[in-house]
Amino acid sequence: MNRWKIIEEWIFKIISFIAAYSVVIILLYLLIVVFNKGLSALSWEIVFSLPEGGYYFGGGGGILNAIVGSFYLSIGATVLAVFIGLPAALFINVQLIRLKRTQNTIRFFLDALWGIPSIVYGAFGFAVMLFLGLNASLLAGIITVALLITPILVRAFDEVLKTIPVELQEASYSLGSTRTETAMKVLFKQGFAGFITALLLAFGRGIGDAASVLFTAGFTDNIPVALDEPVATLPLSIFFQLSSPIEEVRQRAYAAAVILTVIILIISVSARFLSKRYSKNIIK
Amino acid sequence: MNKKRRLTDLLVNIWMRAGLYLLLAIPVFIGIGLYWKAAPLLRHESLVNLLFSGKWFPMKGEFGFLPFIYSSVYVTLLAFILSAPLCLFAAIYLTQFSKQRMLNFMLPVIDILAGIPSVVYGVWGILVIVPLVSDKIAPFFGTTSSGYSLLAGGIVLAVMCIPYMLNMLIEVFHTIPVGMKEASLSLGATHWEMVKHVIIRKGFPGIISAFGLGIAKAFGETIAVLMVVGNTLNITLSPFKAGYPLPALIANNYGEMMSIPDYDSALMFAALLLFVVILIINLFFRYFIHKTEKI
Repeated sequence: MNRWKIIEEWIFKIISFIAAYSVVIILLYLLIVVFNKGLSALSWEIVFSLPEGGYYFGGGGGILNAIVGSFYLSIGATVLAVFIGLPAALFINVQLIRLKRTQNTIRFFLDALWGIPSIVYGAFGFAVMLFLGLNASLLAGIITVALLITPILVRAFDEVLKTIPVELQEASYSLGSTRTETAMKVLFKQGFAGFITALLLAFGRGIGDAASVLFTAGFTDNIPVALDEPVATLPLSIFFQLSSPIEEVRQRAYAAAVILTVIILIISVSARFLSKRYSKNIIK
Repeated sequence: MNKKRRLTDLLVNIWMRAGLYLLLAIPVFIGIGLYWKAAPLLRHESLVNLLFSGKWFPMKGEFGFLPFIYSSVYVTLLAFILSAPLCLFAAIYLTQFSKQRMLNFMLPVIDILAGIPSVVYGVWGILVIVPLVSDKIAPFFGTTSSGYSLLAGGIVLAVMCIPYMLNMLIEVFHTIPVGMKEASLSLGATHWEMVKHVIIRKGFPGIISAFGLGIAKAFGETIAVLMVVGNTLNITLSPFKAGYPLPALIANNYGEMMSIPDYDSALMFAALLLFVVILIINLFFRYFIHKTEKI
């Protein structure tokens, strides 16, 4: 009996050990494969030049249009998301601080919103675009991506604000500040590190998402100069190039995948780094 | 001065309120917007017909979504079978058996991996999984396959789900009070018995919810699946055949949807279907998670 217990424990410990490490290995393997394939095709030309004529048939050029376009799109969307999300997150934690149940309900709905797939946002963005009479453009793309990332931003920022002690707000009120001042000067300042993290998280999600901009952003070989022009994004550029029958073009898709992965890794790592750095000044 | 402060307060309050209401209204807008676009189709086709007919001939105006729903469910189930046990055991190892240092190392890694765009998973799928299925797995089972198959879609989805599911499972296991674990160990249980009888039993609703939310995520995933699943209309039991999940249908046909009557309605209906199904799954399991967090 006792021996069986020990064997059972031993078996399951090994199973779970293997499971944990195989997760690590699978994900590392993924990165290695993508880098391995893409690095050989990567060159300065790809990063710093626009597609030239016949690019998708093996002609010269690069994917600068998609790189810049991705940044335009996600920066625009992040600004819009901050404009909606920042006040919403502060509202939940300042005005509703006494209404725990309302807070929880709102968080519950935001969490549910978090899981809606990006293709649904894409289709909805398309409907909105038609409704507003827009064409597939940078503006339409920005609106769609903003819809996708605002819940992410709010929920991430809210998690940070939640941990700030109530006494801090009370102290601020007792000194005679208004709710706005408390929200902006006390809560926002305290949560600034978390805010930056949430911002970068949302930005990263925006830059990597393909399905939501499929209908709304269009695709172009140029860098847009106005909001009503179509814009190319990195994920879509990878996607389109991969479906090409020409080997050389597919190689470029792998290179583009490396660029996108590196951008995302830089964003994630700097989000962690910044949040650690800024959190030194926080009153705990 | 005082007047200015009060005015700022008022304006900012309005802004805050507007932001929050707008945010909470997004799902309502999405529902209405998609329904509005899907309505023309719903007017002359019954819902049952749309959902359970396998006839998909957009040119003739026949829209049966069954093959797409079938493919979606099939791929999602495959992904679930492959990823759920792995994530469960990995989460048990990381929270119960390993050193704290390992967990501290893994959490940021999982977070970073969760941020990797789906198109990169798709690239990986094309490079690794598709050849693996066509050269190794299919011959092993005595069939042939181009590799672009339901199985490839399932495997890629399973990998995509891992960071997401694992993260949630770790959170669930962290909500279980340490005192309970200590009590069971002090009664002479082995580590594994403690996990089996305390952690899994106590965390059961949370575990199921994490699985459920993982499923919902897999169900709606688009680009990565689209790249490896083959995109052919098929209702087949064989995982080595190509499939055509709902999100792939929407993503693949936006180009021609304006030229065929009712086609755009059909695609919007597909989006509405995804939205409703995933929202229901999410609301249901999130509710469980919220409940377990409170305890």
